[in-house]
Amino acid sequence: MKWDISEMGSWTNKQFPRGACIPEAGNSAYYATGGWRSERPVRDAERCTQCLMCWIDCPDSSVVVVDEKVVAFDLEHCKGCGICAQVCPVKCIDMVPEGCELTEVK
Amino acid sequence: MANLKELSHRDDRLAGGHRLCAGCGASIAVRQVLLGAGLEPVVVGCATGCLEVSTSIYPYSSWKTSFIHNAFENSAATVSGVEAAFQALKRVGKIPADKKMKFVAFGGDGGTYDIGLQSLSGAMERGHDMVYVCYDNGAYMNTGIQRSSATPKGAWATTAEVGPAQQGKIQRRKDLTQIMAAHNIPYVAQASISHWKDLTSKAEKAFSVEGPAFLNVFAPCPRGWRIPSSQSVEIAKLAVQTGFWPLYEVEDGVFRQTVRVANRKPLEEFLKPQGRFKHLFTPGNEALLAEIQSDVDKAWDDLIGRCATE
Amino acid sequence: MPTHKTLAATGNSVVAEAMRQCRPDVMAAYPITPQTTIVEEFAGFVAKGRVHTEYVTTESEHSAMSACIGASAAGARVMTATASQGLALMWEELYIASGMRLPIVMANANRALSAPINIHCDHSDIMGARDSGWVTYFAETAQEAYDNTIMAVRVAEHPDVMLPVMSTLDGFITTHSIDRVSVMDDESVAGFVGDYVPENALLDQDNPVAHGTFSGLGGPFFEFKRQQREAMESARAVINQVGAEYTELTGRPFDVIETWNMEDAEVAVVVIGSTAGNVRHVARRLRAEGKRVGIVKIRVWRPFPYAEIAAALKSVKAVAVMDRAESFGAEGGPLFLEVRSALYDLPERIPVVNYIYGLGGSDVKLELIERVFADLADVAAGTDSPAGLVYLGAREEA
Repeated sequence: MKWDISEMGSWTNKQFPRGACIPEAGNSAYYATGGWRSERPVRDAERCTQCLMCWIDCPDSSVVVVDEKVVAFDLEHCKGCGICAQVCPVKCIDMVPEGCELTEVK
Repeated sequence: MANLKELSHRDDRLAGGHRLCAGCGASIAVRQVLLGAGLEPVVVGCATGCLEVSTSIYPYSSWKTSFIHNAFENSAATVSGVEAAFQALKRVGKIPADKKMKFVAFGGDGGTYDIGLQSLSGAMERGHDMVYVCYDNGAYMNTGIQRSSATPKGAWATTAEVGPAQQGKIQRRKDLTQIMAAHNIPYVAQASISHWKDLTSKAEKAFSVEGPAFLNVFAPCPRGWRIPSSQSVEIAKLAVQTGFWPLYEVEDGVFRQTVRVANRKPLEEFLKPQGRFKHLFTPGNEALLAEIQSDVDKAWDDLIGRCATE
Repeated sequence: MPTHKTLAATGNSVVAEAMRQCRPDVMAAYPITPQTTIVEEFAGFVAKGRVHTEYVTTESEHSAMSACIGASAAGARVMTATASQGLALMWEELYIASGMRLPIVMANANRALSAPINIHCDHSDIMGARDSGWVTYFAETAQEAYDNTIMAVRVAEHPDVMLPVMSTLDGFITTHSIDRVSVMDDESVAGFVGDYVPENALLDQDNPVAHGTFSGLGGPFFEFKRQQREAMESARAVINQVGAEYTELTGRPFDVIETWNMEDAEVAVVVIGSTAGNVRHVARRLRAEGKRVGIVKIRVWRPFPYAEIAAALKSVKAVAVMDRAESFGAEGGPLFLEVRSALYDLPERIPVVNYIYGLGGSDVKLELIERVFADLADVAAGTDSPAGLVYLGAREEA
C-alpha cells in the first residue's frame, strides 16, 4: 500500500490530498467485496480445460490466472454472481452456498 | 487479434474491490475493452454513472491507470482536453515526441445517447485521437432504472411504467452507432460482452486507429433488467442471436458485419427471460410484441443491406 | 528589466496578447459576444505559429470548460475566455474546476444574462459565479485587463492557492474600446509567469492518480471544501505578493482595492469596473469645488477584500455602493450585501445606499453619478435616509 489511509478516519482537511485526488491507482484491491456473496464458485480442476472463459467474463477481475492457467478465485473480491459457472463450456464450476460462520447463526 | 491465453498476460486495468453489482455487464465490458486496448499507457475518463461511482469511491480507485471523472454529460469533452494536453506537451518537448499514450472515455447510455450526445459528437468531429466507449445497459441505471433513449421499446423503466394507460417505453430506441458512423470517423463498432473475441479485436482496432473511434458495447444490467446475476453474458448472447444487437463495424465508412447470424432466433427468446419485459407476454400485448419483432427485423434488414458482402 | 511598448488596442486584444505571452498549452473555448475577438485573435496566433497552444474549438462553453478541466488535470497550463450565457452554461464546471483545484485562467467579458437577451455590459454573469471558488479580478481599463490576466497565472499556479482564476473586463466598454495600453516584451512576461510544474498530472503514468472522485456517502466532503476555503484565504497574501512583484516590473501600482482621496473623504462611492472612470471624472470636479468625496474601486472581488474596505471606509459619513447586477429578493445588489457586511463590525454604523445601475449596458451618464454624490451629501448631512435601493437611470413615473 503506497498511500497509508489507515488513520484516515481522524484526518483533518490538512491531511487529505488536495481536491479529493486519489494518489494510489487501483487501491480498491485493498477493499474487500467478498462479503457480499451468498454463494461462491468451486472449480473441479480435473475437468477444467483451462479455456479461460471464466477469466474473461468475470466482472470482478476475480479469476486468478498465472502462466495462462486458472489457479484460484480471488475470494476477497468475488461477489458470487455465478457468471463463471454459467459460461464454463464444460460446467466444471459449481456455485456452492457460502457457509455462514457467525456463531449467532450456527 | 490475441487469444485468451495471450490476453491473460496483459495487465487487467480494472481492479477488484469496485462496488458494481454482482454480475454487472459494465465491468465485463471495461475489462474486455482495456485488455483489447494493448499495452500502452491509458488515461481513462468516465461519465457520472454506475461505472464511475462504483470505481472511484474515495479513498479507493479501481483504475490501475490515470483516471478522471468530471460530470455526467462531458466525458468525451474532458478526455478530448486530456488528449489536447498530450499533443501540446509533446509539441513543446515536455513529453518525448515518441511517447505513446491512449485516451478513452467511458459513458453509460445515459451519459452518451442523451445528456452526453453533444459532447461526444463535438469530440468526435474535432478528430481527437481518442476512443469513446459506451456501455449500453438500456437505462439510467445508477439513478434508479429510468428510461433513456437507448431503452428498448416496450421495456419497463421507472419513468416508463407499465399500467392500463401505458405498456412501458413508448418510443423506439435511438440508433447511436449509426449516428456515430455518420460522423465519418475512422472507426465505429457495435460489440457485446458475450463475444469477447469480437469485442477485444474491435477494441484493438479502435485503440490503434489514428483519430476518433467509437465503440457501443452491449452491457446487461441484472438489476435493471430483472434477471439473475449469473445471466448477464447469456442474455447478451441472446441479444446478438435474435438480431436485437447486431455485431458490426464501420471502418472508414465501410459497413461490415463481424458476427454472422444465419438464422435469427425469435426475439421472444431474448425478451422472455427478462422481468422488465414480462408485461409483453400478458394477453392483450400480442400486437405490441409483434411490432417490436418487426422493428428488429426491419433494422436488421436495413443494416445487412448496408454491410459489405464478402 | 522589461521593455515596454505602448499600443492603441482594445481590451480583448490585449487580453489575447497577455494570454499568448503566458504560453498556455491548451485553450479550449467557444465564441460568445463580446468575448469573440479574444478567441479570434488567439486563433490568429495559432495559425501564424506564434503559440504552441493546442487550440480546441469545442461545440459549447460547457464542453470548453470540460476540456479545460481535462487538460489542466493532465498537467497542462490552460487558459480560456467566455461571457454571459457561456459562463452560465458552464456553471457546474466552474464549481468542479475549483473543487478539483485546477489552476485554469479564464477571461470573462462581463455581459448581462438573459432574459431578455442582451449583449451589453453588466455584472450579472460574474455575480452568478460568485460562490464557485474562483479567484476573481475586475479590470477598469484595458491596461488592468492585460495586467490582471498575467498576474492571474501566477496566482492560480501558486502551491498555496491552486485555484482557478478569472480575469474580467466590461463587455463592449472595455473589451471593444480602443485604449492606450503598455505591454511588456514576451521574455519578461514568460519570465514572470514561469513554467507550470503540475502535481498529480494524469499524463504522468509513473504515478497514476484518480481525479474527480466520489466523496459522497458520508465521505470527507466537508474537509475538501474546507481546503478550498483555506486556499482562497491563502490567496489574499499571494495576490498581494504577486501584485508587488508585478509593480516592480511595470511601475504600475497594484492593490486589491484602489482608493481615491479616501484619507479625508466625508462620503465615498464603492464601484467595480469601468464605471470607476465615470465616478472619478465627476469626483475630480467635486473635489475642485471643495467637496470631500472619495472612491473605493474593487479590483479583486474574490477573495473579497472586506478588511481593506472596512479600513478605507471607516471614517466616512455615508457610502454609496454601485451594483451593476441585481440579486432579486435580497436587500440590495451583491456588492451592497458584501460591503454592508464588511462594515458591520465597525464601532460607528455608517449609512450605506445601494444604486443598481447600468444593467444590460444601460448608459451610465455623468449626471447620474452627480446625483449619487448629491444624495450622499444629503445622507451625510442627515437630511435624507439611506434606506431603499435606487434604480439609477431607469425610467421613473412622471
